[in-house]
Amino acid sequence: MLRTNLKHTDTDADYKDIIENNENVMICCGRMGPMCLPVYDIMENLEEKYPSVVFRDMDFDGPAGYNIRSLPECRRFNGLPFTIYYKNGKIVAATTSIQNKKQITSILDREFS
Amino acid sequence: MGEKYDVIVLGAGPAGLTAGIYLSRARVKTLIIDSGTAGGQMVMSYNVANYPGVETTSGWDISQTMLRQAKTFGCKVMTQSPVTGMNLSGEDKWVEVEDEGRFYAHAVITATGGVPRELGMESEQRFMGTGISYCATCDGDFFTDKEIVAIGGGNSALEEAVGLTKYASKVTIVHEFNEFQAQPWIVEEARKNEKIHFLMAQDIIEFTGTDHLETVIVASKETGERTLIPAEGCFIFIGYVPNTAVFKGILELNERGELIADRQMNTSVPGVFAAGDLREKRFRQITTSVADGTIAALSAIEFLQQRADSSPV
Repeated sequence: MLRTNLKHTDTDADYKDIIENNENVMICCGRMGPMCLPVYDIMENLEEKYPSVVFRDMDFDGPAGYNIRSLPECRRFNGLPFTIYYKNGKIVAATTSIQNKKQITSILDREFS
Repeated sequence: MGEKYDVIVLGAGPAGLTAGIYLSRARVKTLIIDSGTAGGQMVMSYNVANYPGVETTSGWDISQTMLRQAKTFGCKVMTQSPVTGMNLSGEDKWVEVEDEGRFYAHAVITATGGVPRELGMESEQRFMGTGISYCATCDGDFFTDKEIVAIGGGNSALEEAVGLTKYASKVTIVHEFNEFQAQPWIVEEARKNEKIHFLMAQDIIEFTGTDHLETVIVASKETGERTLIPAEGCFIFIGYVPNTAVFKGILELNERGELIADRQMNTSVPGVFAAGDLREKRFRQITTSVADGTIAALSAIEFLQQRADSSPV
């Protein structure tokens, strides 16, 4: 269970519901580790600035984690967190390991503006 | 004119947050600005067992408690807010923050801590997340039954290398010198581990691979002979550097880039104080940063009081 201020994606049903019923979605799948925490923090900071994007986290080892762990886009990923961006249910970007605010906003601006 | 504060604290690690707690509790209007996440390097520690008064906890939990304490007392905290400019001289100091503008204060506490040292190679960035990592606890299990490299020769490097043998089939420690800087008993533990191999006095030349890391290329410092180490993972533990680049030319730094401050945390500029891992000192612990933050806050309060006393009525 992640202890962040973001809304969590805990189950398969949550995951399916979020990506099927929202146009722009960013899900960060990780643990409570030093590479993941900054990304959660950036997402929290960006929620107000990007009201058209749904920001969620997901426990890498939780029951829904395999949905992201098993994505072909993450096949070569070896660094937490795995962060996935969805547009109308389709993956438009995926990153591995820690990202800074500029890296994240450049993807948000490119894919969701 | 931007928003005015009594004190601006640069950095939200244990030193900065402690300063924020003390200042705000003394009803000093305080703003903490950090370009990253609240907690600083403290969040790197999964398990903290030597923080007095707390039997065992995580760096993240301590940082979140400190953050809540500071905010409860009225401190404003801005994270993920890079500083783009500053003027620390004179009576009215200002700090400019990306997308937010200028903030003014009569005193500034610098507590920007340190950042993990990187090798600074293009290929290091290219394979970050697909082989290169700086956190064994985070990413170690991705390399189960695989051969990996650990770079470094200090306590962290050797301890993490030993920890990584839980997952990896082979760990090659590459170090730039012929001797380790780690404590002897830590070196001994690594030497006793059959999964660990050593390559001493080596320069890192390049990381290569296709869509993930496959090889670490090193060269002997003595002979120049190159060695290609097959490795799907490479963990880099080469220490920390003080995060003081923004203060160069403004505050006095030593040859290692550490900020010089006296016992009351006064820097070379009146009204500017230093606290935590960015300053010149021997020991760097959460507790020493907390102590620095306390002293810097109390010194800043004293500075503001003296300033108020000397101002014409």
